[in-house]
Amino acid sequence: MSKRTLMKGTVAIGEAAIRAGCRNYFGYPITPQSELLEYMAEQLPKRGGVFVQSESELAGISMVHGAAATGQRSMTSSSSPGISLMQEEISTIASAELPVVIVNVTRGSPGLGRITPAQSDYNQACKGGGQGDYKLIVLTPASVQEMAELTSLAFHLADKYMTPAMILGDAFAGQMMESIDEEALNPKFEEPEKPWAATGVKDGKRHMVLTAPFTDAELITLNERLQAKYRLIAENETRWEEYRAEDADILLVAFGTPSRFAKAAINSLRDDGYRVGLIRPITVCPYPYQVINEYAKHVSFFLDIEMNEGQMLEDVRLAVNGQCPVHFLGGGGGKLTPPDVIVAHVKELCGGDKI
Amino acid sequence: MTELYKRPDFILDEPFTYCPGCSHGIVHRLLCEVIDELGIRGDTVGICSIGCAVRIWNFIELDFIQATHGRALAFATGAKRANPDKCIFTYQGDGDAMSIGTAETIHAIARGEKVTVLFVNNTYFGATGGQLAPTTLPGQKTTTYPEGRTADRIGNPIRTCELLSTLDSEGYIARVALDTPAHIRQAKAALKKAFQTQLSGEGYGFVEFLGCCPSNLKLNSPVEAWEWIGNHSSKYFPLGEFKLPRSMQEV
Ligand SMILES: Cc1ncc(C[n+]2csc(CCOP(=O)(O)OP(=O)(O)O)c2C)c(N)n1
Ligand code: SF4
Ligand SMILES: [Mg+2]
Repeated sequence: MSKRTLMKGTVAIGEAAIRAGCRNYFGYPITPQSELLEYMAEQLPKRGGVFVQSESELAGISMVHGAAATGQRSMTSSSSPGISLMQEEISTIASAELPVVIVNVTRGSPGLGRITPAQSDYNQACKGGGQGDYKLIVLTPASVQEMAELTSLAFHLADKYMTPAMILGDAFAGQMMESIDEEALNPKFEEPEKPWAATGVKDGKRHMVLTAPFTDAELITLNERLQAKYRLIAENETRWEEYRAEDADILLVAFGTPSRFAKAAINSLRDDGYRVGLIRPITVCPYPYQVINEYAKHVSFFLDIEMNEGQMLEDVRLAVNGQCPVHFLGGGGGKLTPPDVIVAHVKELCGGDKI
Repeated sequence: MTELYKRPDFILDEPFTYCPGCSHGIVHRLLCEVIDELGIRGDTVGICSIGCAVRIWNFIELDFIQATHGRALAFATGAKRANPDKCIFTYQGDGDAMSIGTAETIHAIARGEKVTVLFVNNTYFGATGGQLAPTTLPGQKTTTYPEGRTADRIGNPIRTCELLSTLDSEGYIARVALDTPAHIRQAKAALKKAFQTQLSGEGYGFVEFLGCCPSNLKLNSPVEAWEWIGNHSSKYFPLGEFKLPRSMQEV
């Protein structure tokens, strides 16, 4: 049997990142993820890596850009306001087509907000928080174990597609202590060679990591190339979990922490005779439109549950495409929808009819 | 016959897109000469920044990483920390390094990052058409302060070398001018020291080049541009070495 260990979410990210070969971490403190910064500060220098506390998030993500351009796995982490500051650079990393990993342990916003758990950076992460037509690969862990697994996956996918990947977590998943399978901390893929790395002219060949194309035509070509890449990522890398969905007549949709509340609610509703299931997007960008679209042909309705004012709701509606009703339960600023609230809401939507 | 001067062979055969009399071309050449003389071309990576010299990579055949506006020294920090055995330099304008990138400049120097900075002070935001820079001289006209810079409206210029030399980190800081052949020779010597300080592992090298942006000053010839540097810019920004690494200090 594999060994289990008790770990905090943010620490699981840090350990998985180092084991995945992350050599460089640059970041600026912000709650609720400073433990990740501190873990990297303590561990990376001991294990042959680089840690620098940057003067700001602007500088932090730019240091990541500089280190990644030399072909080394590099990351930063922050929480909502800090991630907002990084947006110009994130767009630039996407246009430079560089592999970089960014962690957002989201807090309640807008503005400075509070350190309550929230999912209100969904749109910023998935719809391009910075300028231009770019996308990130956005992975949403729902447990400490998944924080580890998705971190190694993020490094792998970033390298594979030469694009920035983001771990979009919430303060619950970040702060929670949970028992995990130690194996989850280990990478499942080899790091590829990086012949494009800018480390000096070699054998008469130079390397350039540029972001601004030279001509108008080249900018159009870059946009076309990026879009083709995003289509390929959507085809190959869309990930989701289905929970008791197969025979369901009602489907909940939730990612991250609310998906755990949803599962508990489903078990209790099933005991009461309601055929309820869950679609849990693991990648929210690319989004599992197709599976939701298929289920929409058969179910009575969807209930989207989020810790925000309904940002993913638009994607659920896009996927359902009018085939059945889509309801919403949730709210921003740290509002929670625990299992009993979900149970009551589903029963109310059913008007007391078991289906 | 000895050859006293030649075009460094890794200046690419592309026409410079700079205006006549612009200082960027001179700094490009000095950079190539120094890298050539130090024999470090295969281990050098340049960080180019946003400004008129944004496409320096199109003129010089080195590895380049293109930074966002103001962030070049954060890029350089990342690249150098990840590769301590490589030579990393930034090429930045005065707007880039001392307006939008002031924090990155001060903190990289305060941390003593072992990188070399080519800081081209032409007293303007050249690329965007001649707006006020943190280095615009008192009275100098800009598109955003057409009556000329006054302290009561926007404060006085920042003397970058003086400011940075108050920081307790190890490095080389010098201000040079690009107006006369003698000054250009001094500029090259300073740039060489700025690279040597990085290569010896002692610290950073920071060279401020007083240049000119004749197009925005509406000057009529390169000669007028060079005269302007001597008559105006170097009057406000004194030339000299502001900090030396230990190995260059006389005992
Ligand atoms: C975030 C951001 N803001 C503004 C600009 C526009 N911009 C480009 S270059 C520049 C000023 C450059 O001035 P300087 O660094 O002095 O370089 P010069 O052109 O004078 O050599 C500005 C404001 C930009 N590219 N990015
Ligand atoms: S605008 Fe000024 S800085 Fe830009 S190329 Fe022309 S002279 Fe040089
Ligand atoms: Mg300038």
